[in-house]
Amino acid sequence: MEAAIRTVFTMDFLVSSIRVTTPILLCALGVLVTNKAGIMNIGIEGMMLFAALFGVIGSAFTQSALVGLLCAIAASVLAGWIFAFFTLRLRSDILLTGLALSILAQGGTIFILYVITGDKSMSASLNSLQLPFITIPLIKDIPILGALLSGHNIIVYLSLICVVAMHMLMNKMPLGLRIRCVGENPATAGSVGIDVNMIKLKAITISGVLAGLAGAYLSMGYLPWFTGGMTAGRGFMGIAAQNLGNVVPLGTLIASFIFGMAEALANVFVLLHVPHEFVRMTPFVITIAGLIVVSIHRTRKERKRKLSLGKRQAADGNAE
Amino acid sequence: MVFELTSILAMQGITKIYPNGLIANRDVDFMVEKGEIHALIGENGAGKTTLMKILFGAEQPERGTVHLRGEPINFSGPMEAIKAGIGMVYQHFMLVESMTVAENVVLGLEPCKWGLINIEEAQRRTLEISKQYNLNVDPKARIMDLSIGQKQKVEILKVLYRKAEILILDEPTAVLTPQETRELFVQLKEMKEKGITVIFISHKLKEIVELCDRLTVLRRGESVARASVAGITESEISKLMLGQEVQLGVEKESAKPGAPSLRVKNLIVRNDEGRNAVNDISFGVRNGEILGIAGVEGNGQTELAMAISGLTKYAAGIVEIAGKDIRGASVRGIRELGFSHIPEDRMTYGACAFAGVYENLISDRYYKKGYSKYGLLQSNHINSEGDELISGYYIKCRSGREPVLSLSGGNIQKVVVARECSAVPGVLLANQPTRGIDVMAAGFVRRKLIAMRDTGAAILLISADIDEVLEVSDSIIVMQNGKIAAYFSDATQATAEILGEYMLGLKTQTTEEIRRVFHE
Repeated sequence: MEAAIRTVFTMDFLVSSIRVTTPILLCALGVLVTNKAGIMNIGIEGMMLFAALFGVIGSAFTQSALVGLLCAIAASVLAGWIFAFFTLRLRSDILLTGLALSILAQGGTIFILYVITGDKSMSASLNSLQLPFITIPLIKDIPILGALLSGHNIIVYLSLICVVAMHMLMNKMPLGLRIRCVGENPATAGSVGIDVNMIKLKAITISGVLAGLAGAYLSMGYLPWFTGGMTAGRGFMGIAAQNLGNVVPLGTLIASFIFGMAEALANVFVLLHVPHEFVRMTPFVITIAGLIVVSIHRTRKERKRKLSLGKRQAADGNAE
Repeated sequence: MVFELTSILAMQGITKIYPNGLIANRDVDFMVEKGEIHALIGENGAGKTTLMKILFGAEQPERGTVHLRGEPINFSGPMEAIKAGIGMVYQHFMLVESMTVAENVVLGLEPCKWGLINIEEAQRRTLEISKQYNLNVDPKARIMDLSIGQKQKVEILKVLYRKAEILILDEPTAVLTPQETRELFVQLKEMKEKGITVIFISHKLKEIVELCDRLTVLRRGESVARASVAGITESEISKLMLGQEVQLGVEKESAKPGAPSLRVKNLIVRNDEGRNAVNDISFGVRNGEILGIAGVEGNGQTELAMAISGLTKYAAGIVEIAGKDIRGASVRGIRELGFSHIPEDRMTYGACAFAGVYENLISDRYYKKGYSKYGLLQSNHINSEGDELISGYYIKCRSGREPVLSLSGGNIQKVVVARECSAVPGVLLANQPTRGIDVMAAGFVRRKLIAMRDTGAAILLISADIDEVLEVSDSIIVMQNGKIAAYFSDATQATAEILGEYMLGLKTQTTEEIRRVFHE
């Protein structure tokens, strides 16, 4: 136990927390944008998995990490469009279609990997590239902060920019306003001439780009290769994270970081010979605990808001 | 035709036949002059909605032409209609609850600066229009914190922001209190002065006479009359609407009240916010009497009804039905005491939308002898009783198995009334029993309540419609801010004006006068 605590309070632990937070955060933002448009995108796990595979394939065949990244995003967006075609055009059930997409990706990626490499477990035989790691001049020389802030993969920095961009989109841009309207009251959107399905398609596309970044990070940054099922439930943690974060970008960042720390903690436990089953459980136990705490807090806040509103209206009534 | 030259809107010879063969509009003519308030009236299902959908481009007519400002038009969707200056205020508000007033107003047509929404500009424009037309709402307020009357103002602002010259209001007063309705009428008349044309869809005759300049009547998909409101009486309008001489009022003999079957003593009911919505009230309803509760909505009537029917708990006091205290009793337990309830919201507490008419008719008694045996429903008995009720209450449905969802509002209400009245209750609570249903169905429900009274039931009628309270009740109490403000032991002594003063809290009777309603 003492060893565990000692490990947690090291710089390495924080750095590794940041590294594992990134894919969860990107996923959570991808779920957030569709959630606001009224679509629970549980297919994001599958979108991410396709992205991870095609990032590796793209970079291996072109020997360009950038093309690899673009391939990853394209694969994920395409998977999103298939999801959109079924749910928006053919009106299939959103949850079942999302689930189907995730299951399709589980088997589909391994099949494609086998066709290309003849290997069913990993892409080691492909000479794929990694996305660049960035050392920030000046900051890297600051004693503690340097190690914390510098030297991460480019996607890590990109994910933080995405948080700000998502905040701007949702609160400052017409598209964000329309996405929120479509999600909350589609009939209203229709009545003011907003094309509901077009807005949903745009939200799914943005979600696809974010899942693409997350997938590329997994196979071209976090690890230098693709392995079957390497997303390992991060899509689902993303769903939980944006919910925990009250479906706003900054809250989602905080919630994702908590999950990231939970996962980093699980990695520490592995080193300390804690039973494997227990280790794998930790991030999810923390997820459930977090959801419960937030839900209680939210109910209380809602009641308070109603109470103060009631008082205000009573006061208005008396004033009249 | 002369109309084509002067009318801002001329719809001529409109015929619309739906794929299922229903003729919704047959050769309808609808002409609106610039700057008037024009009533479009008709029973539910007379074709008003279809006609407006055609104008909006949501439906295409089989025959007929539409001219706007003399130009022929053929919209393919609402967006084109909005661009041409036609705006619709829907009966069910089209607002996003979590957003602010300004955001709702500009939605879809946001003022932008470098690709970002210029929220100050949106707020400024909203404020400007609200000042211009005297529609006071705070642009920064969230919709969820507004009252229904304020939400309607936002809807109108939305339409005006889109520079509408023709404003269509679909039964706008259905959800408003009498005060809010009066305010709306003042604002609509002001808009008329500023050159805006208003199409007012309604079936409330009083309002049409009060507000409108001219009217067009639709009956069974045909336009049967176009007239100036000045030269027409309410009964003439209703005759045109229904195609027959109908008795608008209900006739009844004077009540012969017995002992009280429902007694409420010092009742306190708290609402979700913990406030005393029903604040220490006492009254009794006697057998063979209809006690009406008048009051502006939100003065504790809903909470009172929920408490008496066992749907919510009450904080203090006693409710007695047929001499038994109902504290702690289940809803079924209360019903077994001979209590029936026509609830305020028929789709939440009145009927199960996806279940059939038969099933809804027996949902209060399915477990009783004759309806179920060895845990199985006895469909022969259920269906034959259902058929009797369907014909006895004139419920229009294709069959008893049809889900109530596909029935009209008036017929769904008849299903609820049929179930509650056929239970032969000693005490009947009727909360807004005719809300949102057409004149014919409303008249039927009111006559049914009086017939129940004549057989000795004690009836508590809660209604936001003052005319209904005055017409149906034998005695009346007024609820104001959770308390009883007045009691009239003889309803004929009260008028809308007198009740209005108590409803608004301008006057209150003495405790002694109010105490009489407890019937000690």
